[in-house]
Amino acid sequence: MSVYLLRRLIQAAGVVLAMSIIVFVGVFAIGDPVEILISPDADQFERERAIIALGLDLPLWQQYLIFLGKAVQGDLGRSFVFNEPALQLILQRMPATLELAFAATFGAILIGLPLGLYAGLKPNSVGSKAIMAGSILGFSLPTFWVGLMLIMVFAVQLGWLPSTGRGETVEILGTRWSFLTWNGLTHLAMPALNLALFKISLVIRLTRAGVRETMLMDYVKFARAKGLSPFRVTFVHVFKNILIPVVTVTGLEFGSTIAFSVVTESIFAWPGMGKLIIDSINVLDRPVIVAYLMIVVLMFITINLVVDLMYSVLDPRVRLDSK
Amino acid sequence: MSAVVGQGAPIEDPAKIKVETPFRRFCSEFAESKLALGGLIVISIIIVVAILAPFISPQDPYDLAVLDIMDGRLEPGEKSGDGSITYWLGTDDQGRDMLSGIMYGLRISLTVGAGSAFIACMVGASLGLAAAYAGGKTDSIIMRIVDLQLSFPSILVALMILAFLGKSVTNVVIAIVVVEWAYYARTVRGTALVERRREYIEAAECLALPRYRILFRHLLPNCLPPLIVIGTMQVARAIALEATLSFLGLGVPITEPSLGLLIANGYEYMLSGKYWISFYPGIALLVTIVAINLVGDQLRDVLNPRLQK
Amino acid sequence: MADSLNPATAAAPTLEVRNLQTHFFTRGGVVRAVDDVSFTIGRGKVLGLVGESGSGKTVTGFSIMGLVDAPGRIVGGSILFQGNDLAKLSEEEMRHLRGNRIAMIFQDPMMTLNPVLRIDTQMIETVLAHEKVSEDEARARSRDALGMVGIPSPDERLKSYPHQFSGGMRQRVAIAIALLHRPDLIVADEPTTALDVTIQGQILAEVQKLCATTGTAMLWITHDLSVVAGLADDIAVMYAGRVVEHGDVGEVLDAPLHPYTHGLIGSVPSRNKRGEPLRQIPGMTPSLLNLPEGCSFRARCPRAQADCVVMPELKPWLPGRLARCHHPHLEEVVAA
Repeated sequence: MSVYLLRRLIQAAGVVLAMSIIVFVGVFAIGDPVEILISPDADQFERERAIIALGLDLPLWQQYLIFLGKAVQGDLGRSFVFNEPALQLILQRMPATLELAFAATFGAILIGLPLGLYAGLKPNSVGSKAIMAGSILGFSLPTFWVGLMLIMVFAVQLGWLPSTGRGETVEILGTRWSFLTWNGLTHLAMPALNLALFKISLVIRLTRAGVRETMLMDYVKFARAKGLSPFRVTFVHVFKNILIPVVTVTGLEFGSTIAFSVVTESIFAWPGMGKLIIDSINVLDRPVIVAYLMIVVLMFITINLVVDLMYSVLDPRVRLDSK
Repeated sequence: MSAVVGQGAPIEDPAKIKVETPFRRFCSEFAESKLALGGLIVISIIIVVAILAPFISPQDPYDLAVLDIMDGRLEPGEKSGDGSITYWLGTDDQGRDMLSGIMYGLRISLTVGAGSAFIACMVGASLGLAAAYAGGKTDSIIMRIVDLQLSFPSILVALMILAFLGKSVTNVVIAIVVVEWAYYARTVRGTALVERRREYIEAAECLALPRYRILFRHLLPNCLPPLIVIGTMQVARAIALEATLSFLGLGVPITEPSLGLLIANGYEYMLSGKYWISFYPGIALLVTIVAINLVGDQLRDVLNPRLQK
Repeated sequence: MADSLNPATAAAPTLEVRNLQTHFFTRGGVVRAVDDVSFTIGRGKVLGLVGESGSGKTVTGFSIMGLVDAPGRIVGGSILFQGNDLAKLSEEEMRHLRGNRIAMIFQDPMMTLNPVLRIDTQMIETVLAHEKVSEDEARARSRDALGMVGIPSPDERLKSYPHQFSGGMRQRVAIAIALLHRPDLIVADEPTTALDVTIQGQILAEVQKLCATTGTAMLWITHDLSVVAGLADDIAVMYAGRVVEHGDVGEVLDAPLHPYTHGLIGSVPSRNKRGEPLRQIPGMTPSLLNLPEGCSFRARCPRAQADCVVMPELKPWLPGRLARCHHPHLEEVVAA
């Protein structure tokens, strides 16, 4: 187990390093850093001094090493717009994004699992066909348009839910959370549903495929031959087996949920880091862009690692093999 | 085939089977799904509308001279101030006819979507072929990059590219190409690896044909079926991605709006109940994507020999 | 051997299957997987149900268990278990019999235990499904059952997952599960086919002993005549969904009546006939989708005559010897 863990950690570190090079070269070598980092009003002398002060006269690999050294210490530059450390800006907005992403993932499982289970157990019923057709729509519909339609129906026409913002929040451990107040929950509902839409379809399909495959297994027939109730066969014998792929995939999808929250946050004015990155790209606030990309990449790799480890906890066979 | 038996229909008369070319067989199998056939018809109509937009649209939405700001935000079905045009789908904030806007928007969406999917296909298929044919280091380097890229979601990769290059239509195309090439590369490599072990490749190699000829004349045509399936799906994805990026304000310029930007323009009016500015472009986008996906789904079923029952 | 324990009730059969028909309604047409199967198993007796793969043996087993899934359905005949027709029971009534009075052992032990549940979970749930006892009591019973089938240190093994067992051990666990409620009938679907020969021998001996002590009747489905010869009291031979011969195992194997049984026995490699070419049955098993009219074996039968286009009935030719044939091998029986 520890050898396996070590190997995965080294692998992950390699990917982080590769991505830092890509981001560094992308942001600081393709664009002109002088224009970005130095005020356009500066005269020639000031420019040259700044170039030397920023190390821009050094070869690229040396610049990268300096960037890396600072990044390791948590220094990813200062935002031009907010004049704050970029990392701090991102971290301030991260809880809102995480809250949204968690709510979406949770919602996707809560809605997708039962629907997928039904579609798998009764594949020929009208309900199942409707569910599957719906899941195709869920894959095809552009997220941002669905978000607008949700606002149109629930906020404008029906007036049930607020359309923008986080609503009332409660502060716990220095960060603010919406899901603990009723008002906050009503604000969270629509963005979470919007972000969950794709994942609901995914969970439905995975669950249905898993159920149909598992139902054909000998051990399910054997469980029935033991005289177990259909309830126990479905919810213990079948369910536990399909839980493994569903948890794995929704876990792996968590990273992309965070990435796609960019769209949802823009629509619902959810003050997370996705909205920050779009604003930053629009005003070319590059330190924030770099910080965002590095943070998201880091989260991604961490998530992949955690899901791998969780997989081995859930599936007893994997646990033994990796020992 | 199985469906024929399933319907209990008598076996087709042999004379009919004799003249069945592979293409005809493909067509008849494709037409088995009414949904896919409907999708194909819808796509054809959309393409024709997009091509003929300058001739059939009631108004040139890019010509600011014909726009009358007094006609702004009219509801669907209302007439223009001078009574010359009926705005069947309403107007946007600048008095632009939404129907015309959608027709022109489709043009841009389809061009950017299909164009970038095509470039991605070229790049991806070439690299995939190269990886499969060369093997060894070339293969493992290309596939490492593919794996790394596919482990990140499309929107993140696209954001990264646009953050590096700045926003413009060209950069949106580049972003989509960068996002999508990996899918083509993986598919083509997978198929090509199987195909290159076949005897006809050996035979071509024995004839000492030039390498590019073996690659493009012998190997590539046999990798086409999965490529077509992936290509169809990726066009839909490209259109959706372009729309999303434009919606976020990172895509096409405001002067020549694609569907995504039209939807974004209507966003602020949505809260005051003026739904049509966003709604109808969205419907056009949705119908396009769903139709392409339906066709792609059926193509996959028909072209994939492993799935044939 | 076994019948010495219960001579009085030996006459009342545990299971009597009469003209059972189970068909599968597929897109390609109706598959008559089981089409007229009849046999009887007395209390504490072992019946070997023999046939090639695809002859309908397994479907017969599942029909008895009430586990035939769509598109399959029992369309005719009766399955009398201690006098009650199982085919007429509701799913709920059937469920109370399954795993309780009638248990089943499957072919592939690697596939029959749920890989993500521990052995104790899978055993205790079986006890609790049919009896209201405490979990401790259920655990104790499970442990005893494991000990009974020869699994060492059952207390520890209960906490294991299936993948930590070998194939033979898993089959023992499956047998232990089948024995938990001391059933009156066990349907065993080729339970030793997937095992090594030595393990197979151990399990057969174990099963024989258990049946003898508990008075459990057994339907042993197999394609292996040598297993039947060593284990069963009676034999029923299936061909293309029908029982073609039924009788005492010794008598049938010594002098089969039906030409198919004859060919089947002739196909077994034997030490006595070293050097001689193996006999074989020519041709292939017919498709169950469109069986030929009349006797389904007639196309491959060396004794077939014009009257074989009429389906023969399964009828007694000798005392206790039934065969579905117009021209059985009677002369050899007389000679023997």
